[in-house]
Amino acid sequence: MSISREDIEKVAVLARIKVDDEQVSALEKDLGNILDLVDQLSAADTDSVEPMAHPLDAVQRLRPDEVTETNQREAFQAIAPATEDGLYLVPKVIE
Amino acid sequence: MHNKSVAELSRELESGKISSVELTQQFLDRLKQEDGKYNSFITITEEQALAEAKAADELRAAGKATAWTGVPFAHKDIFCTNGVRTTCGSKMLENFVPPYDATVTEKFRQAGAVCLGKTNMDEFAMGSSNESSYFGAVTNPWGLSSGEKRVPGGSSGGSAAAVAARLVPAATATDTGGSIRQPAALCGVTGLKPTYGRVSRYGMIAFASSLDQGGSMARTAEDNALMLNVMAGFDPKDSTSIDREVPDYTATLNEPLKGLKIGLPKEYFTDQLSPAMEEQVRNAVKEYEKLGATVKEVSLPNAKLAIAAYYVIAPAEASANLSRFDGVRYGYRCEDPKDLMDMYTRTRAEGFGAEVKRRILVGTYALSHGYYDAYYLKAQKVRRLIQQDFANAFKEVDVLMSPTSPSPAFVQGEKTNDPVTMYLEDIFTIAINLAGLPAMSVPAGFVDGLPVGLQIIGDYFAEARLLNAAHQFQQVTDWHQREPK
Repeated sequence: MSISREDIEKVAVLARIKVDDEQVSALEKDLGNILDLVDQLSAADTDSVEPMAHPLDAVQRLRPDEVTETNQREAFQAIAPATEDGLYLVPKVIE
Repeated sequence: MHNKSVAELSRELESGKISSVELTQQFLDRLKQEDGKYNSFITITEEQALAEAKAADELRAAGKATAWTGVPFAHKDIFCTNGVRTTCGSKMLENFVPPYDATVTEKFRQAGAVCLGKTNMDEFAMGSSNESSYFGAVTNPWGLSSGEKRVPGGSSGGSAAAVAARLVPAATATDTGGSIRQPAALCGVTGLKPTYGRVSRYGMIAFASSLDQGGSMARTAEDNALMLNVMAGFDPKDSTSIDREVPDYTATLNEPLKGLKIGLPKEYFTDQLSPAMEEQVRNAVKEYEKLGATVKEVSLPNAKLAIAAYYVIAPAEASANLSRFDGVRYGYRCEDPKDLMDMYTRTRAEGFGAEVKRRILVGTYALSHGYYDAYYLKAQKVRRLIQQDFANAFKEVDVLMSPTSPSPAFVQGEKTNDPVTMYLEDIFTIAINLAGLPAMSVPAGFVDGLPVGLQIIGDYFAEARLLNAAHQFQQVTDWHQREPK
């Protein structure tokens, strides 16, 4: 199974990863090979099989809706690339 | 001292022959002197280690020592350590200093163990050779005398190389598709991947959440039991952690193996395995027969689909998990972003290495509109078929045995050009993660002077039985004691 340049460019936008033209060519080959490998799945008969999400079929545990965490904003923001007045700074979103 | 096991070091400390500060200093000196050859550590935490050692000596003096108090070890650099940078082998987290401890980290702290530093790994645990680390490849201590640098396996290659080179007696590790067992095999050490949910994933940087599991690496099965005694247990902070009693894994190490029923999956003894490797594995199985075990062939008919299912599920989950690295809250951010989209796309293009990007893109593709059913849902169905194969096998036998890897340690650079060739390294280990089962790799011989691993697979929560089987094997063999030259 092959993957087109257009598909790779589209997926790169979805994944928020910048790829240049040269990388697209390399990815075309590598992702094509990986998808070839993955295509072995189509041979399996899975008509009456339930998909498996958890090895032990465990379900999400619920806990009481109580505050269990204390505010650690300073500790968390100390490791951020850019903050000001307790806010995370990012490039301007709305002109 | 560097040749002693955790159990032996624990007894040395208990007898008062040496203090933890002295022991820690000896290990640190050796680590700093030797690791240039292997690059098995990303960060050495000398100051913290000596402070922990001092605290351990005080605890012991106060009569509050555990088996681990004052014993040096290392963490794979995927476990968050409060105040000590945790890189996950990535440029993205080159300067990331977590403001909290992983549950596994906290448990070793409480046990009084002394962490010497953080071991090297494939970037975000994606790899089977430790060559995808931003901090450079790790060199296997085995085979160096031949003049060729070989890979230690991956992704826990730093932990495996460090234990093999006697830099630490034990190290934590993680396993998503074979990342404990394959490097343990290639470096001639003993490693255990527990049942999914047995060890908390809280603070263990996520790769593929339905497959990731923390575990242990050391030279002996007994030391792995000592590690699991610390690591295992329910954690309310991990929503997939299993609430089930933790036995003392050292208590059953000496049970006799008479009557143990061993299954050999015929799909794992095919022409993908070299005759020399197969001979070593079959010899190991013969040792078990001498110990009273019986052996029969079993079949895992869907095992051949495991790699295909894994390379949908793991990248899909990775693409979701790694979306958190966006340059906003922590980690790398590109220089001078011109707008938000530019910041996201360049941060991720510059911060992630090639293999991580490939997997994110494959995963994004498999989850995208029009492909979800054909890839992700199909893979989840195949996953159940694989699990059922194991369930059927465990109706007939107690444990399964196979080679851990198809070949011994290969030369650095040999498989880096073709991702799919590299993926086949995990051909015997990946199905176990899909099923969520526990498994070990135990040193079981040599081919051309390079270690061979025997994989022992158990039913859910059968870690004690695996450790018992590995320990008994190590009472009658000395493969695990061999030292690289």
